[in-house]
This record gives sequence, structure tokens and C-alpha cells, in this order.
Amino acid sequence: MLLGLMVSVGAIAGAKAQTVEIEYWQYVFDARVKAMNELIKRFEAANPNIKVKQTTFPYADYQTKIAAAMPAGQGPDVVQLFYGWLDNFVGAKFIQPLPRDAFPPAMIEKEFYPIVSAMKRDGEYYALPTAVRSLALFYNKKIFQEAGLDPNKPPKTVDELLDMAKKTTKRDGAGNMLSAGITLDFPGQDYHWWRETLLRQNGGAPYSDDNKTVTYNSEAGAKSLNWYADLQRVHKVGQVGFMDEGQAAFRAGRAAMTIDGSFRLGAFGGIKNFEWGVAELPASADGKKANFASYWVNAITTKPTGEKLEAAKKFLAFVTTPEAMQLWLETVGELPARKAAAETEKNLNHPIYGPFLKALAYSHATVFVDELAQRQVSLDMINRVLLQNQDAKAALAEAAAAEQPILDRFYKK
Amino acid sequence: MRQKQVLWAWSFLAVPILFYAVVRFYPTLEAFWISTTNWNLLTKPSFIGLANFKRLVADPVFWQVFRNTALYLLLGTPISLLLAFTIAYHLDRVRFLHGFIRALYFLPFLTTAAAMAWVWRWFYQPVPIGLFNNLLAGIGIAQQPFLRSTTQSLPAVLAPAIWAGLGFQVVIFMAGLRAIPTTYYEAARIDGVSNGTILRRITLPLLKPTIVFLVVFSSIGFLRIFDQVYNMTSQTSSDPGGPLNATKPLVLMIYQTAFSSFDMGYAAAQTVVLFLVLLVVSLLQLRLLRDR
Repeated sequence: MLLGLMVSVGAIAGAKAQTVEIEYWQYVFDARVKAMNELIKRFEAANPNIKVKQTTFPYADYQTKIAAAMPAGQGPDVVQLFYGWLDNFVGAKFIQPLPRDAFPPAMIEKEFYPIVSAMKRDGEYYALPTAVRSLALFYNKKIFQEAGLDPNKPPKTVDELLDMAKKTTKRDGAGNMLSAGITLDFPGQDYHWWRETLLRQNGGAPYSDDNKTVTYNSEAGAKSLNWYADLQRVHKVGQVGFMDEGQAAFRAGRAAMTIDGSFRLGAFGGIKNFEWGVAELPASADGKKANFASYWVNAITTKPTGEKLEAAKKFLAFVTTPEAMQLWLETVGELPARKAAAETEKNLNHPIYGPFLKALAYSHATVFVDELAQRQVSLDMINRVLLQNQDAKAALAEAAAAEQPILDRFYKK
Repeated sequence: MRQKQVLWAWSFLAVPILFYAVVRFYPTLEAFWISTTNWNLLTKPSFIGLANFKRLVADPVFWQVFRNTALYLLLGTPISLLLAFTIAYHLDRVRFLHGFIRALYFLPFLTTAAAMAWVWRWFYQPVPIGLFNNLLAGIGIAQQPFLRSTTQSLPAVLAPAIWAGLGFQVVIFMAGLRAIPTTYYEAARIDGVSNGTILRRITLPLLKPTIVFLVVFSSIGFLRIFDQVYNMTSQTSSDPGGPLNATKPLVLMIYQTAFSSFDMGYAAAQTVVLFLVLLVVSLLQLRLLRDR
């Protein structure tokens, strides 16, 4: 037995001498962890001399853990981060530019969706996504049918959306809402819908091209904000806080329409009592389309050198292959970040993935410097309009005055 | 001999002193230092003097939050104490199912604040799922926005916080009531003194230590309120402390500044303010309520 033990110890030690181990970090989200485990398995099978150790943390602690580990010379070799955190990570020298030999910028620009340009600083790409997410309109076919609407004809323009929302809203005798025409959930995805879709459809833009100046305080801003607020104020087809959350109302069958991201597909997949459909976000009356795309990216940290760096490069290249992206789509429900992987005949015509994928071609990825603080500014703005009857123009001016210092504080550094 | 005892005493004391120095005092002092820096966790802190405090004074959100925290304290402490005393005073006389009723009052105190907050959050929902609004609608009264209102949301969040702490205060009050020797009451009865006079002249004065303890204890609790607010006004993607910061207490602001914005220096400055407020309030109460 002793001999056997010695042999096996020797075998482990021998294997270790040739094996490179790299560490990969992401936050805990079951489907993502599962997808990554599968990818690591396939990667290790193809590269027997590389071992990848996956470590996960709860979302709330994630950034803190990285910040604590990196200066101590520990932490991951390849790390997943939200695209909005990039400037912080680059500024802290936690991640290095993607080596040009393995990830030539020309290849990235040709093969990935243009929204990945948000990962480019001074001509260098710092990170790449496996998958991206966009927004779409989910609608309840049963409610559509009950209201005499064609369950296979979701609204194509915002005017149609309003019209259908009016027809599908249900109230009791006292006027209390029983089922919403469209959910109003600014803390959910509606603030992206307003900022990246409605605002642009009215001819505005949320930020200047260099992202340093707030530009939504405009005529287009007021027009789009009023249109959104009127859904509750005038047309009463939705109500903020109805059923607590927009997605909860939709899931319970108490909303005809809701706007949400591709990451909600998993949750809506469990709906049993009605059939639902997905449509592209409605265009403006003159046909203008816009959407919001966001993503998590993978980057190589400043930690690995030599053969570890080579292994990290190989691993990052692997998780951004079309094959990995297809697996991610099927496991997590998030969309491939490469055009070729996304826009296959099968994916584009898919009744559920299709509308999300088509949106990627006209999506914008907002650059955030402090995502939560910036979101809070938007929430306060809509609350002042809906709860305190503040005029849309005044609300926009106040929001811009609150958000600009957040941008200034960041870009000054 | 004496010297040896002192030596022994100190060697025993050394362990807790060391523990407190490392775990309590050092981080406290560290917080004071961090409050004078600009630090985002990722880079090295840079010294900026009192700039964080200047920013705090000029920040309207801070003053709103300060006002909210004061409201939690000024509403929460007296209401909860009055309720707890009334319940304890009457429960003390109940013989029938006494233990059971007491357990019912104590039960919320044992429940996780987060779970409790979510149930209450659901109570406050609009028709058709909200318990309170369904009741209101049932008797023909207009729905109330509760958590979706800038004026109603703070009391709405405070209510479950008071309710949850009630059991603890009731138990402490009952212990205090039981500790008053019955001979005093017997003597008063023989003298034919009214119930009101007994309450004012005997019960309340003798309960003073209990009251002092509960006032200080619950004040600190309300000044540090967090769980209820966070869970009732937020979810993974919501508006913690909202709407429009109407329910945001200081602790939640600190949490957001530190762990959402990673603005550690600014968060530390807020912590220093909270520390000073807690210190002043506690000292003031102890001074006002102490035995002369």
C-alpha cells in the first residue's frame, strides 16, 4: 500500500511539472457557472497540459474580492467583469491589453459586433465578451387574443404599442388595475429603453460621443420622457410598482407586454399557463430603431507571465470561439458576441432569439463610470415626474445637473 | 503578593484588550484616516484632507438621509417604547395563556429581518396582490401608494421595524415589572391609592433602569436601521432607500457609497458622522436619564 501511495504521489508530482494551472473568476449565476464548467471541460480536453480552476463569488462581493486579491499578487489570471467596470480595472492596472498576436484588433472589429468598441482604449482592446444581451418586447399571446388582437402580430411601432396597451389593460369597477397593458418598471429595463431607444427615436442622444458630457437634457429628452410618463399619467395603461416588478407581473399573466433583456428568457421559460412571444422593440412612427446592449467580458489580468500568460491567451481565445458562444446561448440564453456565430440561419429565424439578435445590429452600449449612481439619477428623475408631477424639462435638467459631476469626477482623474 | 495579583489580572485582561484593539479600535481609527482620503479600493488612497466632509455638507442627499435617520429615531423610539410598555403592563396581569401570548409577541424578533421585510413589502403592494390595499379597496377606500410615495414610505418602512423589535422590549419591560417588589403595591392598595397613581408613583420610577436601557438600546437600533429599509425598497435591480431617498437611512447611504460606488473615503466620512451622532445621542440620553 505504501508503495502504491508513493507511486501515485510521484505520478501527481510528475504531472504537475508539465501542467500549467490558471485561475478563472466570475460571479455566481447558476447558468453561467454551469456553462463555464462545460467550457473548461472541453478546453482541458483539447489542452491536456493546462488546468483551469474556476472560482466564483456572490455578485455583491465580486468587485471587492478582486480589489482585495489583486494588489496582494493573488487572484485570477483570466477574469470576468461587467463592461461598465472597464475603466476602473484599467486604471488600477488589474488587466492588460489583449496581446495583439492572439487578438488582432482588425479581427475583433471585423468579427465581433460593433458594441465591443466600448472595450477599446487608446487603440488597444482590453477585454472580449462571450455573449451579449439586448432588449426586446415580451407579449402575452393569451391576453392579446382575449382583447381581440392577433396573437402573432406584436406592435411594430410605438403608436401601435400604445394602442395595443390600451386595448389590453384591465381594471375593476373602482378603476384599480387588474392587468397592465405594458409594465412600467424604470428600475428594471425601462430606464435603458427610455435612454437608448425612446430618446434616440426622438432624435436625441444620452451622452456626447466621448461619453464625457450628459446630452439628454434636450427637446428630444423631454418628448421621450413625456411619452413614457404619459403611459401612466394620461393613458393609464401601466402603473409603476404594479405587482412589485414588471417581470413578476408578466410572469403572473397580469401584463400584456413587458420590455426586458435576453437574460430573462430563463425565468420566462418556466411560464406554463400562457404562451408568450418576443418581438423587436417597437420602432418610432418614422421607422427609427434603437436598442441597448450590454455584456460581461473576459480579460487577462496583469498577473500571468510566461507560460501562464500563454495559457491564459489560449483560454480566452477558446471562450470567445463561435463554438463556445453557441453553448453559452443554449445554456445561459445570452447572445453570441460574434456576428458569424450569432447570425446563423437557425438563430436569426429562431422565434425567441431572433428579435434579440436582430437588435444587435442597431444597439448602443452606454459607457458607465459608476453604473449604480448613474442609474439612481435616472430613477430619481422618473420618480419626480410620476410622484411629484415635476415637469419633464425640469426633471431632465435636474438629472443632468446630478449626473454630470459623477462623470466629471471620473474623467478628471 | 499584591503585585503578583495585579500581574495575573493584567495577563488575563491582555487577551480581550488585544482583541478589542485589533478588531474594534484599530478599524475605528483607520476609518478616521480613510475619511481624509480619496480611495476607490482599486488604487492607493490619496490624502485629500477634509474634502470629503466638505462634499458631505454640500450634498443634498446627505441632509435628506440625515433627516430620515432622525425621523426613524424620533418616531421609532417613543412609539415602540410606549407600545411595548402598554403591552407589557397589561400582559403582566393576564393569567390566561400568558406564555403563549408572550411568545406571539416575541416571535417577530426571532424572524430574519430580511424575510419579514419581504412579507411586509408584499402587504403594501397595490391591488390585486397587496393585503392592505385589497382591504382598502374592499371597503371602498382609494388605494394608497405606501412604499411608492415620498411621504408614506418612511412610516410604512418604520412600522415593521417597530413591530419586529416589540417582542424584545416587551420581555425586558415584563422582567422590570416583575422585579418591583409586590410589597410596594400591597402597601399602596391598603392605602387605597388609585391605579393611575400607582403607575405614576411606583411603577414608572422603579422601572427607570429598564427604561434607560431600552431607550439607549432602541435609539441605537433605529439610528442604525438598515435591513428593513434595504429589503423593502430594493430588489436585485431596484431603488434602495427610495423613492427619491424618502426612506434612506445613513447606514444605507454608507453601504451604497462604499460598495456600489466604491468611494471608500466618502463612505468613511459618512461613517465618522454616524459614529459621532451615535456617541452624542447615547451620552445625552445617559446623562438625562441617569439617577441623580
